[in-house]
Order: sequence, then C-alpha cells, then structure tokens
Amino acid sequence: MLSAAIVGSGNIGTDLLVKLLRSETIEVHSMVGVDPESDGLARARRLGVEASAGGVDWLLARDDLPDIVFEATSAKAHLANAPRYREAGIQAVDLTPAAVGPFVCPPVNLANLAGTPNLNMITCGGQATIPIVAAVSAVVPVPYAEIVASIASRSAGPGTRANIDEFTQTTARAIEQVGGAARGKAIIILNPVEPPMIMRDTVFCAIPPDADTEAIAASVTRMAARVAEYVPGYTLRAEPQFDDAREDWGGNARVAVFLEVKGNGDYLPPWAGNLDIMTAAAARVGEELARHAAEEKVKQ
Amino acid sequence: MTEENGAKRVRITDSTLRDGSHAMAHRFTEEQVRGVVHALDSAGVEVIEVAHGDGLGGSSFNYGFSLEDEIKLIAAAVDEATAARIAVLLLPGVGTVEDLRRAHDAGASVARIATHCTEADVSLQHFAAARELGMETVGFLMLSHRIGPRELARQARIMVDGGAQCVYVVDSAGAMVLADAQARVRALVEEIGHEAQVGFHGHQNLSLGVANSVLAAQNGARQIDGALCALGAGAGNAPTEVVAATFERLGITTGVDVQGVLAAAEDVVQPFLPRLPFADRSAITQGYAGVYSSFLLHAERAAERYGVPAHEILQRVGEAGYVGGQEDMIIDVALRLVEEREHGVSGGAGSPPGSAGRR
Repeated sequence: MLSAAIVGSGNIGTDLLVKLLRSETIEVHSMVGVDPESDGLARARRLGVEASAGGVDWLLARDDLPDIVFEATSAKAHLANAPRYREAGIQAVDLTPAAVGPFVCPPVNLANLAGTPNLNMITCGGQATIPIVAAVSAVVPVPYAEIVASIASRSAGPGTRANIDEFTQTTARAIEQVGGAARGKAIIILNPVEPPMIMRDTVFCAIPPDADTEAIAASVTRMAARVAEYVPGYTLRAEPQFDDAREDWGGNARVAVFLEVKGNGDYLPPWAGNLDIMTAAAARVGEELARHAAEEKVKQ
Repeated sequence: MTEENGAKRVRITDSTLRDGSHAMAHRFTEEQVRGVVHALDSAGVEVIEVAHGDGLGGSSFNYGFSLEDEIKLIAAAVDEATAARIAVLLLPGVGTVEDLRRAHDAGASVARIATHCTEADVSLQHFAAARELGMETVGFLMLSHRIGPRELARQARIMVDGGAQCVYVVDSAGAMVLADAQARVRALVEEIGHEAQVGFHGHQNLSLGVANSVLAAQNGARQIDGALCALGAGAGNAPTEVVAATFERLGITTGVDVQGVLAAAEDVVQPFLPRLPFADRSAITQGYAGVYSSFLLHAERAAERYGVPAHEILQRVGEAGYVGGQEDMIIDVALRLVEEREHGVSGGAGSPPGSAGRR
C-alpha cells in the first residue's frame, strides 16, 4: 500500500481522486488545492479525504508525508514544486506538460521506470496514441508517425488553450522517445459541436512497402486491449487501414488506426475521454509503483 | 451612397499560393511560386499569402505532404516580391510559434492566425509571438457561418485583445448567403472597428464569394481575400481578378491594376492548373451543408478508395459538425458508409462486402 496526495483540485485532480479511491493498492493521503471554494476539495471532504486549500506548503509541512504525489496543476506550478517533492523524498507523477521527468506511457515503458523520482504523463493525446505507435514500431521500423487528436471544446481548459504548442511539441517528442518513431508529429483539434464529441484519435505511421500488415494489425489489436484494461472505453473504430507505398510518402506505405476514447464518467462526462485517459493512466502508474514497492519490500 | 460604395480603401490579400495549395494537392513548385508572386507584385497586390493550405506545419499524412518545403517557398516569394509583403497562415494545434519564427526568418511579415470560429482563445500565444517578432497580425475565424454575428464578434474581440490588428469573417465552407456575410461583417465592425480592421474571405461553393465580398466591403471590411482563377479549396475562392474588376466598377479603391491581375490569372496560373475550380455536386454540397472547403479532395480520395460517393461523405461530415483540421474523420465517415452498405442499412449496391474497408 502506498499513500498518495493529489495536488490540484480541478477537473483532472478530482477525476483522479475518484479513480484512486477505487484502488486496492493506493491510499489517498490528501487532496490539496489553492481555492477554498473549489468543488474538488468539497467533494474530497464528502468522500472522507482530508482536503486543504493551503497548497503545497500545507502538504510539505505535514509530519506524515505521502509516498507519492500526483501533480494536477499546471506546468509552471510543477516546475516550482518538483524540487521540493524531491527534497522531501516524495515520488512525483506529473500530469502537467512540464516534462521534468521521463515520459511514461503505462503499456509501453512503465516497467523500466518504477524507481524514477519524477514521471511525466505526456499529454492526453499522447496517452491515447503512443501505445499504437509503439505497437507498430514493435513489428517494423517507423520512420515517421503522426497523430491527430480531436477533443470536445468543453474539455479543453484554460491551461491547454493558452499553451496549445506545449501539447503538439510534447506529444511529438514522446511519439519519438516512447513510441519509437524516428520522427513524430502531433495535431490537436478542438471541436465545439453539441452534444460534445467523444475524444477521437487517429494514428498514421509510415511503414516499409513490404511490411507484414497482418502482424501489424495483430500487434495494434493486442495493444488496444491492453490500454482498454485501464480505459474501458478505448476502442478501435475500424480495422487498421493499410495504404500502398506512394512517392509523396517518401516511398513508404502507411497504416492508419482510428481510435475512440470514451471516458468512464467518474467526475467528468464520458465525452471527456481526453481527461479520463490521463487520470486512468496516472492511476495505473500509481498502482504499478505500489506493486513495485511491495516487491522491493519482499526482497528486503 | 458614398458609404455604400465603400469610400474607404480596401486591401486585397491574394491567397493563390496558400488556399490554392489545397487544389494543387500541396504540390506547388518554386518556379510556380516565383511566377505568381512576380505577376501579383507587378499588378500592385499588396499582400501575398504563401504556406501549406492548412497553414505552417500543415505538411502531413492528414492534410497532404508539401512537394517543396514551405519555408523555401516563402523565401522565394520574399525574394521575388518588390513591394508586396508576404503573409503566412498558422492554425494553432497544427503549426507552432517555432514554425512562425522560421517563416519570419525567411522574410514573411504578416502573420494570419486561424482558429475555428468559437475557439479564438487558442490563438493568444501566437498573436503575442507574432507581435514580438514585429509582424503585422490578422485573425482568421474559420467556418464563421456556424455561429451568429454577435457571438462571432465576441470571438473577434478575444483576438483583438490578444494582439490581432485585423479579424476576418472566414466563410470556409462557402456557405454564407449574402445577408449572412453582411450581418457578420457589420457585427465585427461594430465590436472592433475603432481599434482594428475587419476582413472577409469568401468561397465559391454557392457562387457567392464575390457578391459576399462586395457586401463585406460596403459594410466596412477593409481587407478582402481572393485567389487567381479562384484557385482554392472547394469550388475555389473569390477570384482575385473578379474582385479587383468588380470593386473598380463599384468605385472601391484597391490599388490593384485590373489588367495586371487578369493577365496573372490567365497567363501565369491557368497554364499550371490541374483542373479549374468548379461548383460540382460535391462542392455545392459543401456550401449547402456548411462543410469546410478543404475537405473536398480528401473526400474524393476516400470515395475512390472505399467506393462510396464523395457528396454522401461530405453530407455526413456536415451533419457531424466536423471542423477544419479533422480531415482524418473523412476516412472514418467513409468506413462507416461502407459498413452501413455491407449491413444493408442504406441500400448496398457498390463495393463487394468485406473488401473495401480492409485493404
């Protein structure tokens, strides 16, 4: 059992709270915000979780510190908080685009990162698409991968809107570093249609002209099932679509994978799959850290 | 009557080398760019837009890869122009401030930042960066027909507060019918007119691009877009040469030499056109159903690949409310149509079951 504090009482922090309260290996230590009026803090109290609007100062002044902290504030806040967590010996799971620590995508690289003091959850679009890029690059070399994430306008908060370049650049980097593509590109589209659209993601990978399409399709299907273990609404909208090599694609062929990410509706409505996949992936990371800690204990 | 004839001067921005990129499947060569810029510059067109059709950074699987690096094309345009200034388009979420910097380094001096008409606040970091670089700034509210004039004016206000010196009513779907354009331009002039200009970007899907541009100018728009030979997405843009000629007849000063742009259209652009923009069934469907004009070629490609009609795809795309940038959803819609046919939902003469979606 690991104890975990949630810093940030907005949509993401509150949705994460609901998920962590279901966990058998994570005990919620507290929820911290800065706005005494926040719905998230009120909800935490109703659910029997200690909650404070005193910010990180309040948290770090406690005698009983948590083992891990989930940062659901902003990149700027996390850049300031990260050294303080580290000094206090608290492992950080960062849901902001600060990218202080290495990128983690649970079904791809979590196993190697358990001992790292700071883990970054990339972006919502990254969590949705990088598993698929990794599934393709496990079968063939991927010289270029591109993802298009479409999200409901109402699910894009002020932070995302003010720094949309952070999304495209961070996601593109992670497509390379975690997904295994030689070059990555990310596109994000906000759609205001009502009722809100459920998050959609498309993954395009350049593949060799003679690639084994059956092996790629099987790898993609297996990976989608692994993501669906922690995001039940994660589905392939169609079989992977293969297109023959073209000159304007640098002589490469292409596979296109169409995804829908429906959220669990814990705190945010099901259409906000983009937020749900972040919190679900972060909760998954927390549980893996707890499992790892338990194993270490047995070894000692 | 002087008001009606727009006594004020109107500036024409030519987008042949940006919006036209859609119709060219993003395959412009440096030679074509130099030829078009030379002709427009000689004809007195003050601003020439050069970029991938989907803006800086648009070269991709989703929108189509550029034949030539757009930065190289921008540099060539800057080199060729003597008086005209080179503009670039940037869609936040597709291109980044980094791309804008590179374009600025190549000599571009006008930054046009485009968002869906309800999402103006995603452009703030890009306007800030453009102003910091010393670029002239223009906001582009795409698919402006989707919201009412007052709501649109509120979005224009966000852009102006963020640093836009002009905001365009952009009829990306060519869906506006006369009064629609007029009311939106008026609302923007009222909201931002005392501190910024208003522009209009028209498409020909319902053949009203020029008429809407006239109404826009008569109601206070100071910047109007066009493209030579209408080269642009859907049934094309308001043709620069027709806008220039019509405005001259109406006594609206543009500073553009009509004979010069007529020659540019016929002698420079027409020879390299793969096909003349035309209001065919698919393009009209776009105007009628309010679908983003650049979806046309993508829908045609998906139609060919999956054996379902392009106009049906576009109709469905309109119903779903997809916005500029969601080209990937066209394939998704085509796959749905195939599935429905295979399950006999809507007839089913067409592709043999099981084959189309899977190859």
